[in-house]
Amino acid sequence: MAQPKKPVDRRGFLKGAALAASAPLAIAQQVRVTAPAKVTENAPPAADPRITERPGADFMMDVFKALNFEYCFAMPGSSFAGIHESMINYGGNSAPEYITCCNEESSVAMACGYFKIEGRPAMACAHGTVGLQHATMAIYDAFCDRVPVYLVLGNTLDAAHRNSEVIWLHSVQDAAAMVREITKWDDTPQSLQHFAESAVRAYKIMMTPPTMPVVLTADTELQENAIPPNEHPRIPKVTLAAPPQGETGAVNEAAKMLVAAENPVIVASRAARTPNGLKLIVELAETLQAGVVDQHRRMNFPSRHPLNQTLRAGVAGKPTTGAPVMEADVVLALESSDLYSTVRQARQRNNALKVISISSLDLNHKSNYQDFMRFPDVDLAIAADAEATLPSLIEAVKRLLTDDRRRAFEARGAKLAKAGQQAQEKARIDAAYGWEASPISTARLSAELWAQIKNEDWSLLSDTFWIREWPLRLWNFDKHYQYIGGSGSEGVGYMAPATVGAALANKKHGRLSIAIQTDGDLMVANGVLWTAAHHRIPLLTIMHNNRAYHQEVMGIQGLANRHNRGIDRIHIGTKIDDPNIDYAKLAQSMGVRAEGPISDPRDLADAIRRGIDVVKKGEPYLIDTVTQPR
Amino acid sequence: MKRYFAGLVLGAALLAPLVAQDAGNAQNGKKLFLKNGCYECHGTMGQGGAGPRLAPRPLAAAALIAYVRKPGNGMPPYSAKVMPDAEVADIRAYLATIPEPPKDIPQLKP
Repeated sequence: MAQPKKPVDRRGFLKGAALAASAPLAIAQQVRVTAPAKVTENAPPAADPRITERPGADFMMDVFKALNFEYCFAMPGSSFAGIHESMINYGGNSAPEYITCCNEESSVAMACGYFKIEGRPAMACAHGTVGLQHATMAIYDAFCDRVPVYLVLGNTLDAAHRNSEVIWLHSVQDAAAMVREITKWDDTPQSLQHFAESAVRAYKIMMTPPTMPVVLTADTELQENAIPPNEHPRIPKVTLAAPPQGETGAVNEAAKMLVAAENPVIVASRAARTPNGLKLIVELAETLQAGVVDQHRRMNFPSRHPLNQTLRAGVAGKPTTGAPVMEADVVLALESSDLYSTVRQARQRNNALKVISISSLDLNHKSNYQDFMRFPDVDLAIAADAEATLPSLIEAVKRLLTDDRRRAFEARGAKLAKAGQQAQEKARIDAAYGWEASPISTARLSAELWAQIKNEDWSLLSDTFWIREWPLRLWNFDKHYQYIGGSGSEGVGYMAPATVGAALANKKHGRLSIAIQTDGDLMVANGVLWTAAHHRIPLLTIMHNNRAYHQEVMGIQGLANRHNRGIDRIHIGTKIDDPNIDYAKLAQSMGVRAEGPISDPRDLADAIRRGIDVVKKGEPYLIDTVTQPR
Repeated sequence: MKRYFAGLVLGAALLAPLVAQDAGNAQNGKKLFLKNGCYECHGTMGQGGAGPRLAPRPLAAAALIAYVRKPGNGMPPYSAKVMPDAEVADIRAYLATIPEPPKDIPQLKP
């Protein structure tokens, strides 16, 4: 019995035409020389079998629109070309809009920055092989930083349909395997209905704290072939899970400990997921008149609030042995990224110290990558999202208040306000040292910038660790979007794309986006300058150009001294000079207006004014400033 | 990536009144301060960076020498082989030439 003839789909036709071709160009050339189908004299010509007016990727686009993605960050790649084409044509290149990136690592980092401002995730697309390999460090950043990124990978699973060397090289059995340990969930759907359900499932899992990246692998056949006429895939209802709240008994116990404490301290790391998180931490701190140490993985607490004790905790406010924690009898840690280091010395000093942890990371079960840090001694651990738990904790605290405790709290609050004020004054005094230095001091750079922006609706998008946290010490941060923390994994190459992605999120809100950009980081991913210019993303980038991988300078210097060999060769492999990089010219070459290098601090204010003028008109601007190492 | 070199705590300042100060050569000290990489952590004007502020009013030479030989808080030790006493004294002399910072800077008003 003769086998029924299998209909030729669009992709199969193309691949068949290509036969032994080993590159996309060869495929195209062979297709071009294929003879046209014979047309009988009076009959209309048969439709070209390559025509597919309703490909599967159109349905995928319906799914992405149902998930309400505003942007898709991607460098183009043939394995997700079906999605790409549907996005720009069928989807109208709107929600999601395709943002052209120059490297998949940048795509994912831009999606990270976007989320941290906008509070909703973006999608990113990449090849399941060579694209994902580029993207991996940024995925690790997102994983460590608890940022949801929706990554769609292209892949051709069916080997019988890989009719070129390139397609074989870009195919993989299990695309997500490479990042399974640093993502929360993944799937490889085999049908469009499967795709829809996994797409919605992935979104829901990603957005439930602890939020993390997810991966969906979209097969090329599924993208490019027609939706089978007898299939009517439906998109499930998109309903997010309420974030996990702390168990009532444990929350009440935490409230008792906090109200009874003489010196409770709130330590917040990735606690404020949303602007409301910041308000809730303020409410809890004010109710208790407790000091707050902001570890600045997010913007958790206003920098000049009288109860903010971060400057007393140490420059970084990160894991610290500083005064507020050392003086505490109860520490409330909210989504702490390194609780062990935060309380280690305080515990050694005070056996009676009680530690309460509210963290969604207790619900995380990954093991390979060691971002969970050393295991801390905790007296009360609440496995829950801190922000979602704060309302019930605040209510429980309020129920326990007595007049006596209120009086004690007021006295404590007054003392803390005075100490916090003194710490702020000390920061301003410290900033004056090296004021006239050239290269420019990072304190002066920060102060000159603050003088120009303090009356604007500004948003600082870069990690301040590399400039001794000067903005966090000198500026008045009181809004959630004014600071978004750093990379998560401390990998280099995150800052530049993340700031551009975050600036894109700020654009529609009319905020003045600013980044103080480290030089080594920009050199990993400077293609984002072009992306910023191409998509008209307003961002003022001020280079912290210390002409070195400075952290590593200090590291090699330390080792050379320990080994007693002298330090006259530590520049080898650590300095970014000879030749010096002209970042203004680099930016200009990609369509970004720029100036510099500026070494004289007296030239800085005018340059910043010029930059702000351009950014306010909707374009990026870069100022290259030659700076002190830190 | 480790974040270290938090700083050099100047507990040795307590020793300052007890030791004689060495004048040193400030011009040579400036060269050495840059060449020996002191500025990497302390800034070119000793204003502080990853490490603490050293100037103006640096430690007395003997105290500074004692400290760099066996420092605390993440600073790597500089042996006499790497940085002889005379060089530390010259560096100290350079740090002593750095003026006090300006007062009432408008950009630093709250």
